[in-house]
Amino acid sequence: MAGRRPVFSSALFGAFLKRIGIQSLKQVCSVTSLICFSLIFCPRSFAQESPYIITYDHYLEEPGSLEVEYFSTFGTQRAGNDFLAFWVEFEYGVKAWWTTELYLDGQTTFGDSTVFTGARWENRFRLLQREHFVNPVLYIEYERKNGADKILKEVEGKDVESDFAESNATLRQEHVNELECKLLLSKTYKGWNFAVNPLAAKNLSNNPWEFGYAAGASRPLALKASPNRCAFCPENFIAGAEIYGGLGDRYHLGLHDTSQYIAPAAAWNLPSGWTLRISPGFGLNGNSHRFLLRWGISREFSGFNEMLGHFFGGRQ
Amino acid sequence: MTTGFMHPRFAMLGLFIATCVFGSSAQLASARQDNPSSANNPNWNYEEIKKAPEKARLMRNPFENDSDALRAGGKLFERNCAGCHGMKGEGRKKAPSLIRDEVQQATPGALFWVLTNGVVWHGMPVWSKLPEPQRWQIVMFLKSLGVSTRP
Repeated sequence: MAGRRPVFSSALFGAFLKRIGIQSLKQVCSVTSLICFSLIFCPRSFAQESPYIITYDHYLEEPGSLEVEYFSTFGTQRAGNDFLAFWVEFEYGVKAWWTTELYLDGQTTFGDSTVFTGARWENRFRLLQREHFVNPVLYIEYERKNGADKILKEVEGKDVESDFAESNATLRQEHVNELECKLLLSKTYKGWNFAVNPLAAKNLSNNPWEFGYAAGASRPLALKASPNRCAFCPENFIAGAEIYGGLGDRYHLGLHDTSQYIAPAAAWNLPSGWTLRISPGFGLNGNSHRFLLRWGISREFSGFNEMLGHFFGGRQ
Repeated sequence: MTTGFMHPRFAMLGLFIATCVFGSSAQLASARQDNPSSANNPNWNYEEIKKAPEKARLMRNPFENDSDALRAGGKLFERNCAGCHGMKGEGRKKAPSLIRDEVQQATPGALFWVLTNGVVWHGMPVWSKLPEPQRWQIVMFLKSLGVSTRP
């Protein structure tokens, strides 16, 4: 079944939306829902979010808080059409040591179509009670997606640019049930965060285990908070860089035929509770997309558990 | 590939919602059990403060007597802590009062240690994601809660 063509293609407003990365009715709905949700239920919560988009540090969602996030990835494609992939994340702190997350993914390939590409359910478990020299967090994710998925939330095995050269109609024929495990290792020292995430993924059909990695470093522009409330205080900005790529599979371990990326990243934590992130990424070899531009917006809602409790008739 | 009775995407959505609902009810039930009637319930466990190692307890706040740091600490407290502990640190269902003697008589170093390491199994996340100076600014504000309400 062919996907829906991008809307707003001729209108001036459509051109503006396109310019800021909004291509389809589905995306408009997602962003509008996010804004409405925040305006209706807005117990303000400031989140000191890292700028990473691919790498995870060891910090989990505060218990009872829900973070709603929208991300986009614009990618160039040799021998094919450029694309804009997008996803919405709902991240909930079940416990101080357990965060669960639901992703809904989609993408628009220019000159082709817009398609919903799948969903993921992710869980992160903190393994140690206190801070240590290195802090491990176990990450387990189940993905149910199709071959048109282009969000590139992780790069694994021998994922390469040419995998995306086919049309959406063809790519959607492939169905992927995947289990993905990561060990998130992270340390914060003198304001710097260093994180390394080795990953192993297994397509639950008869495919071999595939491997990959992501690593990042980041630091706020100022370590000391200013006494005044301000949007542009340097402590609200965090800058860093990520590097990520595939490491082959169990039969061909290594960098051969893999794609690799490096991406500077920045986050702006606004006092209103919103966080904006941007990260231009660059392919490091001929198998990688030349350029990926990622951006995202998120908002944290503290006390979501109480709201949910009241909704289901709990006592105040 | 779909299962006989439910599409996997809906199954995932269901599982996520079930986890949220289960987590919420478990947290609320736990909070009620810990704190059935009052935010200042003495049953809250302050033992974690006493677990701070000697070296941590003896650390001094580099911002002592810095009024700007106190104001910054108030701002950080409101952003990061007030959601659970209340705007004046009076305590709520989810988290204990910070005005009580157990907290106010603790050394700044011990409070800094608890803030850094959290009390993860009892619901308080680690706050080492805040840079060290910001954690000290929060500690300064915490200590001020005992003598006045808000700066």
